[in-house]
This record gives sequence, structure tokens and C-alpha cells, in this order.
Amino acid sequence: MFSRDTWNEIFETIRKNKLRTFLSGFTVALGILIFIILFGFGNGLKNQFDEFFSDDSTNIIFLYPGKTSKPYKGYKSDRFIEFKNDDLADIEENFSEFLDYVTPRISRGGNVKYKNESNNYSTRGVAPSHMFAERTIIMKGRYINESDIQERAKVVVIGRLVEKDLFKGADPLGAYVDIAGSAFKVVGVFQDEGGDNEERSIYMPYTTRQLIERNNDRVDMMVVAFKPEIGYAGAMAFQKSLVDFLKDKKNIHPRDTNGMFVRNVADQYKQNQQFATMLQIIIAFISIGTLIAGIIGISNIMVFVVKERTKELGIRKALGATPKQVISTILFESIFITTISGFVGLILGIAVLNFTGEALEEYFIKNPYVDLGVSISATIVLIIFGGIAGYVPAKRAANIKPIVALRDE
Amino acid sequence: MIHIKDLHKSYKMGKNSLHVLKGINFNVEAGELVAIMGSSGSGKSTLLNILGMLDVADEGSYQLDGVPIVNLNETKAAQYRNKFLGFIFQSFNLINYKSALENVALPLYYQGVGRKERAEKALMYLEQVGLKEWATHLPSELSGGQKQRVAIARAMAAEPKVLLADEPTGALDSKTSYEVMDLIQKINDQGNTILVVTHEPDIAEMCKRVVVLKDGIILEDKKVNQVRAESYVQ
Repeated sequence: MFSRDTWNEIFETIRKNKLRTFLSGFTVALGILIFIILFGFGNGLKNQFDEFFSDDSTNIIFLYPGKTSKPYKGYKSDRFIEFKNDDLADIEENFSEFLDYVTPRISRGGNVKYKNESNNYSTRGVAPSHMFAERTIIMKGRYINESDIQERAKVVVIGRLVEKDLFKGADPLGAYVDIAGSAFKVVGVFQDEGGDNEERSIYMPYTTRQLIERNNDRVDMMVVAFKPEIGYAGAMAFQKSLVDFLKDKKNIHPRDTNGMFVRNVADQYKQNQQFATMLQIIIAFISIGTLIAGIIGISNIMVFVVKERTKELGIRKALGATPKQVISTILFESIFITTISGFVGLILGIAVLNFTGEALEEYFIKNPYVDLGVSISATIVLIIFGGIAGYVPAKRAANIKPIVALRDE
Repeated sequence: MIHIKDLHKSYKMGKNSLHVLKGINFNVEAGELVAIMGSSGSGKSTLLNILGMLDVADEGSYQLDGVPIVNLNETKAAQYRNKFLGFIFQSFNLINYKSALENVALPLYYQGVGRKERAEKALMYLEQVGLKEWATHLPSELSGGQKQRVAIARAMAAEPKVLLADEPTGALDSKTSYEVMDLIQKINDQGNTILVVTHEPDIAEMCKRVVVLKDGIILEDKKVNQVRAESYVQ
């Protein structure tokens, strides 16, 4: 059945019926090609999406002070709340089992000068662990460290674009920049995937910022990171007890929603993830639809092929072909064609994804790819259905009596 | 060679059934050249199809070369056809994408003959029908007479016990018909058993025996003086 002769006969038939071969091959190749491209683009869309929302850590709660709207414990409403250094210490002390780290952030804008270059940048007074919260990547030098905080050192870590604007290629490490009249030593350069704005900011120790501002102990806001292993529910519970604790400490009415504001990245992240999952389900639907269209296409062609060959099959039977031989001729031919063209479509699809991969980034498709396992399975599914689609009419044709097949039209 | 006894066949046409063969008794010895004649509807094609195992009789017995042809499934029928029978059709029934040589070699392929031997044998039979030079041509490049000669070579290639020709000259002009009959006579001269279904009296005259069918029974079965087709050719 698998002798060289059988294959010779099949190859000959394929070679001498180019249009038919081309049509069925084309359908399969196109089906796989579109499947892979769609699936790849879908994945690319999801990648881009993931990246948009994963610039910062996801185990983070932002706390902002507000203005009370309810009187409480003898305090009037419309009182401004402030966070202080001892709030950081209290959080660290009371929530140590949930807490990963806590860092303040004091944001200011201001003119920054180096030699003849100057520009406005936002500066942020932070603690060392802020690096993890923003996922800051150090390119040169180092980040703010604990001794900078202790010593209230006048050091800064500048963004990549600040370096580009002010230093014009000169080495910034060790140089001094002028920020609002004080000289700061540049100890590091960072980059951030959050975009250009992030890379136009400057980090300094928060204690130094407080020293400059008449040695106060105020912090603008606090970034609290919880241990990722406590999970989504744990994070929500942690957030609630954290807010309760602070409201109590600051004498804010428990139901006063304006006294302080909370933004939980985990909560947002979860919504984004759900959106991304939805996106993937839609993509999967489209891809499977394409595959089904491909299957229907190849089935139609197989029915047509067998119909067209009915007379030839009748002749073959009259000359002594058994039904099994008739079926296997058609089946092997169709499997051979679908296999070859399926893998041609597969390779073409992967090539298209590779070539367009970079170019489509501005259309929100980043790094489109298809899992090789998925694409090979899709190809195999198409081959199997091509085989079944060929088998059913082939079996019918094989059982037609030769005289019926040979009857003159 | 062929022994047929009390053969019946009817076709269902909706509610009615059409009784086509109404008890045929018929023997053919080895080396005979028999013409089966009759007007359309006489049952001659049905008889040939049953002889060719392309169709099955309802009743009666059929023995071919001592082998009872009964209860054949498709696979068995295909093997018997391949071993015992060669077909020549009115419309030639060559496979249009295969060359003359490949067409002739096809029954040998189904006999499991090796590729090289197939080509050699096929070429030999093409030479016998005078078409050796046309071996690589496709059927579309051949004339009607040439196509029928390729079909005859193909029928003979499997070296069957009996050649069955269904209106072999039906699609040909009289000159070409005589050339084809000349070929058939020469093959018969070599000792091959041949049955020819025809409704043309002059073709029947070129056989050695004429069986006339009418309304499903044998009306007449006579030996005739064979007219050699050779005399018409040139």
C-alpha cells in the first residue's frame, strides 16, 4: 500500500493535474496563513496591552492626603490632611507581615541647569524602594540609597532624557546640576518603560527635599507595596485595614471619603487582565472561524475533485482497481497536498509575522507571534479534516458500479 | 470459456420493474469471435455488463474459465476483472491526463507488475496496435481510431481470458471502423476470445458467430462466414 509504485502513481496524478492540486493546496495554505497571521496579531495586541499596564509594579497602593468633609472627634470638617515621616514608620511597624516596602514621594517641578543648558523637570523626593514601585531601570551609576537618606545627601538620579537634554553626550556621573539654586551631584541615570515623561524626571532623597523645604517632615503621598503572595483578596483586606489605621490616626471620620484617597494598582490590574482575557477570547473565536472556513473550503474542493474524477475512477475500477485502492489513491493525494501546502502556509505565516513584527508597533501590535504548537495543531486539524472531506466522497465513488461511472454523458 | 445458464436481470424504474434479460443460455468457447447484436433495449449491453462483472444478474449462473462468478464483492470483482477481462468501450475511456503508454500500463499497475516491466509490456502492446511512435502522446492528441487502438492495447495488456468490446466502432467512421475490426480479427487470430457488442450488421459479419438478442431473449445464434476487414483497409 505504501510502496514506491503507489507514491509514483500519486505524484504523477498530482503533477498532471496542476490546477486541481493548486486549488486544494491554495485553500489549505491560505487558511493556515490567515489563521497564523490573525492569531499572531491578536497576540501582538495583547502583548502591547500588557505592556501598557505593566510599566509599574502591580502590588502597589497609592495613598494621597485629602481634605476632610465630615467633622470628627472634635475636629471641624474642611481640614487638610498631611502625611508625615512618622506615618511611614507606623505603617512599617504595624503591617510588617503584609508589607513589602513603603516609600514616600514628594513631587516638585523646577528649573534644572547644567552649564549653559537648562530646562524644567519634575523632581521627586523618594526612598530607595521607590525604584521597585516604578520599576526604574538603572543605566549608569546607582539609585538613591539608604545612606543618602540618612545623610540627606544632595544627590540625584536623572532620567535618560534629562541626560540627553542637559549633557549632550557628556558623562553625567559625578557632575553637578543646579536645581532651584542648590547644587546636586548626579549619581545615576535611569530609564523607565513608562515613557518619555517618566524619563524626564529626577529622583532625589526625600529627606534632602524636606531639608531644602525648611527641614519639614511632610510627604506628599505614600506608595505602599504589599507582598505579592497575599493575593488579590489579601491585598483588598490589607488596603482596608491600612486605610482604617490611617483614618484613625489622622482623626478622619471612618465614612469620610475625602480625607484621603487610595488607588490600588492590583484592582486596576485585575480589570485590565479581564479586558485582555476578553480580547484573547475574541481573537480565538476569529481564528477558529478562519480555520472552520478553511475546513469548509477544502471539503468543497475534495467533493468537487472526486466528482470530477468519477469517470476516471470508474475506468480504474474496470481495469481492476479495488475499492480500497481507489480510496487510498484519493486519500493519499489529498493528505499529501494538504500536508505540503499546510506547512507552506505555516512557514509563510510565521515569515509574515516576523517581517511585519516591528513595523506594526504604532498600530498597537507588539511582537506578534504564534506558539509553534498551536500553529502545528491547526495545520494538523486542517489535514485531518481535508482527509475526512476526501474520504467520504472517495468511499462513495469507490462503491459506485463502474457502469454507472462509465455511462456516457 | 463462458457458460451462462438461465440468466435474468431486471431494473427497478420507480414502481415498475423492467425485465431486461429473460433467461439467457449462452456458451462461448476459447478462441471464438462473437458478435452480440440487437436493437437498443434488446438487453445486449446489460448482458455484456454482467459478463464483465460490471453488473450483477438477479438469477442464473455464470462461469468464466471454470470459475463460478457468484456473490462477488467489489474487491473480488475488481480482482477478477483485472485477471480475466479486458474492456473496450465505445467512448474509449482513456484517462485523459495519462499518455498512451501510461494508459496501457494501468491494468498492469493494478496487477502489481513492476514499473520497468510495465513500461516494456505496454510498449510492446502499443507496437502491436501500430502506435509505438505515439507512446508519449496524450489521448487529446490522438484521433478517434488511434484512441480506440490504445484502448485495445490496454485491454490486451493485462493478458485477459476474454476481451469484451462494447460498440467498439460506434464512435468511428466506417474506414476507421474497419481498421479497428482488422485489429480485433488479428488479435482473435492469435487465439484470444473476443465478444463484440454491435448493432451494425457489417461489423457483425466480420465476426465468426452472431448472436441476435431481442426483448431479452436470444432470437438467433449462428455461425457466419467471416468477412476479413483487411480487404476494406488501405
